[in-house]
Formats: sequence, structure tokens, C-alpha cells
Amino acid sequence: MPQKLVVSVSPHIRIRGNIPRMMWDVIIALIPATIASIYFFGSKAIYIILVTTFSALITEALIQKACKKPVTIFDGSAVVTGILLAFNLPPGIPLWMAGAGGAIAISIGKQAFGGLGHNIFNPALVARTILLISFPVVMTTWSLPRFISFDALTYATPLTALKENSVLTPLKDLFLGNVGGCIGETSALALIIGALYLLLRKHITWHIPFTFIATTGILCWLFGGEELFKGPMLFHILAGGLLLGALFMATDPVTSPTSRSGRMIFGIGCGAITALIRLKGGPPEGVSFSILLMNAFAPLIDRFIRPRKSKVK
Amino acid sequence: MKIRSFRGGVHPPEEKITSQKPIQELPLLKKVVIPLSQHTGAPAEPAVKVGDRVKTGQKIGEAQGPISSNIHASISGKVVDISDHPHPLGPPSLAITIESDGRDEHHPSIKHNNDYFRLHPNEIREIVREAGIVGLGGAAFPTHVKLSPPEDKWIDTVILNGCECEPYLTCDHRLMIEKTYEIIQGLKIIAKTLEVTSCYIGIERNKRDAIRAMREEIRNEANMEVVALKTKYPQGSEKQLIKAILNREVPSGGLPLDVGVVVQNVGTALAISEAVKKGSPLIERVVTVTGKGIKNPANLRVRIGTLFQDVIDYCGGFRGRPGKMIMGGPLMGFAQYTTSIPVIKGTTGILVLPEEETEEIREKSCIRCSRCVDVCPVDISPNLIAKYASKDRFDWAREYGALDCMECGICAYVCPAKIPLVQLIKYAKAQLPTKIS
Repeated sequence: MPQKLVVSVSPHIRIRGNIPRMMWDVIIALIPATIASIYFFGSKAIYIILVTTFSALITEALIQKACKKPVTIFDGSAVVTGILLAFNLPPGIPLWMAGAGGAIAISIGKQAFGGLGHNIFNPALVARTILLISFPVVMTTWSLPRFISFDALTYATPLTALKENSVLTPLKDLFLGNVGGCIGETSALALIIGALYLLLRKHITWHIPFTFIATTGILCWLFGGEELFKGPMLFHILAGGLLLGALFMATDPVTSPTSRSGRMIFGIGCGAITALIRLKGGPPEGVSFSILLMNAFAPLIDRFIRPRKSKVK
Repeated sequence: MKIRSFRGGVHPPEEKITSQKPIQELPLLKKVVIPLSQHTGAPAEPAVKVGDRVKTGQKIGEAQGPISSNIHASISGKVVDISDHPHPLGPPSLAITIESDGRDEHHPSIKHNNDYFRLHPNEIREIVREAGIVGLGGAAFPTHVKLSPPEDKWIDTVILNGCECEPYLTCDHRLMIEKTYEIIQGLKIIAKTLEVTSCYIGIERNKRDAIRAMREEIRNEANMEVVALKTKYPQGSEKQLIKAILNREVPSGGLPLDVGVVVQNVGTALAISEAVKKGSPLIERVVTVTGKGIKNPANLRVRIGTLFQDVIDYCGGFRGRPGKMIMGGPLMGFAQYTTSIPVIKGTTGILVLPEEETEEIREKSCIRCSRCVDVCPVDISPNLIAKYASKDRFDWAREYGALDCMECGICAYVCPAKIPLVQLIKYAKAQLPTKIS
């Protein structure tokens, strides 16, 4: 027996996919929204995206070096966090603040819990929330997109326009993204194209996005109007960060439940909290908080909702 | 028509490179090494001594207890050794080495029975037990036990399993084409033994020629149906097969018997037919020798006890440097460290993967992508069970369904973090009976 044979447990074949491939697919899916953000908000958008991404990468590398762990900045996960954080920032944010956000996302949101796969909360949303609380004025000051044409010029975002002045932004502008808001959240079209790619590549399933969007839509339709069943459902679905949140943030596998039914409960919870904040809460938008709150419930959902309860005695 | 199947599962590259290669006979060899434990259950006890002359088909190992199986000489010659020998499924174990006299003389107990259809079910069971027949799909469970359901179980259906859902393997596929008549004879004998009237033959849709041959063979049988099933692993698992064909669900921890079904592999049906009609015990089987690491892949009829080295030599030897040599298929097979192990009753294939296909896999941390949960055919949470198993929390591993796992391995197959999920679940299962009372 001249050759040495490898002995290992089955299975002896594996899919070729791995975590970096998944992450790069997510980055590809974010390209349409990136292009839209640059189109509507100009070079400011690209600067913000670059700053948060590099800040996330550098923070990840520094922490991993300091903890004497292997440096994994090329697995793409920090890039995804950086881009998603940028998407959640207003176009007028000072770049140092964006950079601080990237560092917060990786350090407090991710590495503090033990790195990729161990964090409880979506790192990008952790950073956004910390920035929002620390710099409330900057984080809610909206410069308008370049091609603004409609009458609601003086209102910051479609949701504030509705909440404070009861003005409905035209659906066409919402769908294309020609409205005020965070740089990556405005174009429904670009986000949907990216999400379809993720669905096609089977990196996300329909469960969370569908239940999330449907719950928000239905609740806003029920209770969002002058009387029952008169709320502007499509407006609520397209406005604000709902699509970005439901398609790209809530679907983050690390911070969402693993069973199909668990994911649906998660989506319904996100949708209900979003609608509650939008309709009854102080701030005009509640997608980030709803996802963070449901992130906290994900382990609990996994504990009680099983694919099937084992019947073995 | 809706294609029948089950929930979950995966469709890996089929790699059935030998599917159009007719079964060849491996020429008689000088030596065979026949392990006494080739089946589920207690090992057989040697019935011969060193120096004895034996004939082909002579019983050389006596079954011990109800779940065990007889072992027969696969060639005629002289017993030269009874000692521990490397075994494909575990540590070296007791095996009988026979040196051939080159004559392949059959033992007088092997005789044709032209009257076989008048046999009483109990006589058939006795023949099957005596012939040492075990499930040839790989698990090697003694067949006479499956043919003897407890009195209180009502069996109404027999399913012949011709799925062969593991990539690479084609031995059952070739048998269904080349031994169609004999397999159906075997099925009739099984049905008669169990006194059932409803018979199905489940075949994956990628084996169109086998489906055609089987349908042609049973065109005049009123109570038999060939069911074309979706090509999906693990379609050939008993419980998934029953779910797909009959839409009956075997309860967790239960057996097919609990839903009135007995499942037999097509190769087993052939062996039953050979034993009942021709009186020949189980001394040979078809083995698919395949993989990119083999010069001339083939389907070979091989005597039990033939060393892997001899089989591989007959197929032209290794191509390039072999990386892994696997007994069975790539998803559930067992990697071997030496070619001096013998072919046993459960050897469905010898798969040699070249060095470049056996890269070391680095495990990353779980990102909870839940692909394992989505593909799991028994609806458990492999990710969580593996996590608890790695922390020795076996009570929680059981809570999440560890004992329902049938070890098909697709959780580990799909895992993008390359976590050895099925290995961790097997570990939890092994620990459970002792750690929790």
C-alpha cells in the first residue's frame, strides 16, 4: 500500500458554496441600491459608503489582531455591514461620524459578541441606533435628492411629511427613490432587484420579507387612515426604510430565527412593531427598532418554534 | 402528474459514470477474506477450523441469536486462517481466510427448487435465514427478521427500493435492467411470505431505462406498480420512500412496520429469488467501482471476501494519486485507510476520489443560515443539535430531535461554514442512552 489515504467521516462531498461566497453575493445584491444612492444623492453617497466600509474593515482587522484571532476581513461580512450601515445614514452626515459608525458596528455590534455568527443584534443597526441617540439632529436632517420635483419640497422624508403635515408623496417617486431619506433606503426598485437576486441564489427565503412587509402594510391599511381600512398601504410599504429593512436587514441569518415558521413569526413581529411606531410612536420611522427588538427574540423563537417537535420519549 | 417525493433533500451532482456499463464478472481469485460480522446484529461464530476444505456456498459462520446472519464460503478451497483482519466498518475483526483450489466446486446443499412457489411462508423465511441474506442497500440488516413481522403488526404493502439516490452508485440500476425478471420473482416471493397484495417499486426518475424495463416486466401484474420518484437524496431512505409512495409517515422512533410497510432493496429481492429458486446462499454481490480515481470504472459481480485491492487492480488500478477510498457512496460511505479490506455483503460501491477532490476542509463558525434546517428530511434542527452536542448538552440535543436523525449527511453537505454537523449529531446520539436515563 504505497499511497496514503485520507480518512474522514461522511459526507465525502460538499457543496462548493461557502460563507465568503454568500457574503459577496449579498454585496452584489446591494449594487443596484448603491447605484441608486449615488444617482440620487451624488458623490456624498459614495464617500459615505467607502468610509463606513473601510472603517468596518480596519476595525475588524485591529480587533482580531489584538485578540490574536485569525483576521477574516476578506470573508466579506464586514463589507456587508459597512455598506448596510451607510445605507442607513442620511446624506448630510459628516464623514467622521460615518467612520465612527463603522467602527461601532464592528466593535460593539459584532466583535464584542465573538465575531461572525455570534452577535445577537444586527451590527449595522446597532451602529445606526447609537449614532441616532448620540447625534439626533444630524441623523434626522435630510438633504433632498438632486432631482426633486414634487410639491413636498419642504418636507424632509415621505414619512415625516405624512406624520407632521399629512402630505402623501407620489408613489412613483417612492418607487424609483426620488425622495428624501437615508442614502440606501429610498429606491424601492433597486432594493427589489437586489433582493430578487438573493432569492434566486437562495441566500434568503421569502418568509421574513413577505411577512414583515405584509404585516406593516396590512396594519397601516387598517389603522393608518382617518377611519378603518383607509390607510395608505402602498405608501407605507414603499416609504421609509421598510424595504431595505425587510429585504436586507431582517434577513440577516445570524440575527434571525432558523426555522421557517420561526422566521415568519419574526417577520410578523417586525412588521407589527414597525406599524406601531409609525402610526402611534414619536419618531416617523420604526424599522430599525423593530428589527433590533425582534433580534432579541430570535433565540427565544428558536427555542420554542421547532421545525417539528421531537416525539421520542 | 405530480412527481412524488418527500420534503427537504438535496440533488448533488449525480456522477453516475457507470450507469451504462453492464455488470461484469470478476474472475475467480486466489484468496478471499470473509469477515464474520457483515451485518447488523451479533457476529457469526466460525463453523470451520483452519485446515478444513470448504466448497462454494458452504456455511462457514453460524448466526448467533435472532438478529444475526449466517456466513458462507464464496469460493472452494482451504481455510488457511481465522484471525482478526481489517474490516471496512470498524476495527479489525474476526475473519476466515480461504485459499482457492481453483475449482469453484459448489456445496451439495445448493440445489434448484422448481416447486418453490408451493413453499409455506415459514419455509421461505427459513431459506432466507439459512442463506445469510441481509439488506444489500448498505445497512445489511438481516432480511429474515424483516420478513417476520410481529404478530400484532398488520403488513399490507411491500416496497422494492430501486432509488439508489447516492451519487456515483449504479449497482441497483444495472440489476434492474439486467435482472428484471429475477427481481420481480423475488418481489413475488416477499409478497407471498408477508401475505400482502400491494407491491410498489420505487425508482428515481433519472433511471428511465430501469423504469421502462420494470414496467415492461410487470405489465400483467395487477397488484404491482412502478413509481417514478423525484431524483433527490435521500429518496432511498426507507421512511422518505414510504412517505413519497404511500404518503404514510413513519412515527418518530418507529419502523416501517408501524405503518404496515416492509421495504426491501432490489438487490435483496434478487438474492431472495436466487436463494429460494436456486438454493444459492449470499456469496456474491454487485459492486460499483467508480470515481475519478479509478482507471476503468465498472459494475462488477464480486464474491464476498474479495479484497478491495484485487477489485481495484481488475479495474486498471488507481488513476493518479488516490485521495480517499470510500466503501459506499459519497454521502454516507465510509472512508478506508487500506486496500486490504474485503468486500462484504453491504458493499454497494468502492469509490475512489482523487487527491484534488479531498481537500482538507476548514470549519468556520455557524452563521445560522439555516440551510441545514431547510434540507433536513426529518425536520430537525441540525445546527442547534450540533451546537449542543459540541457543548456536551445532550439533553438539549435530544430536545431538538437528535434521535430522529437518520444520518443522511445532507446537513453537512450543504453547510457553507463546513461544520461536520452529521458527525456531531451522531456523537450526540451515541452519548444519549448513557448520559440520560
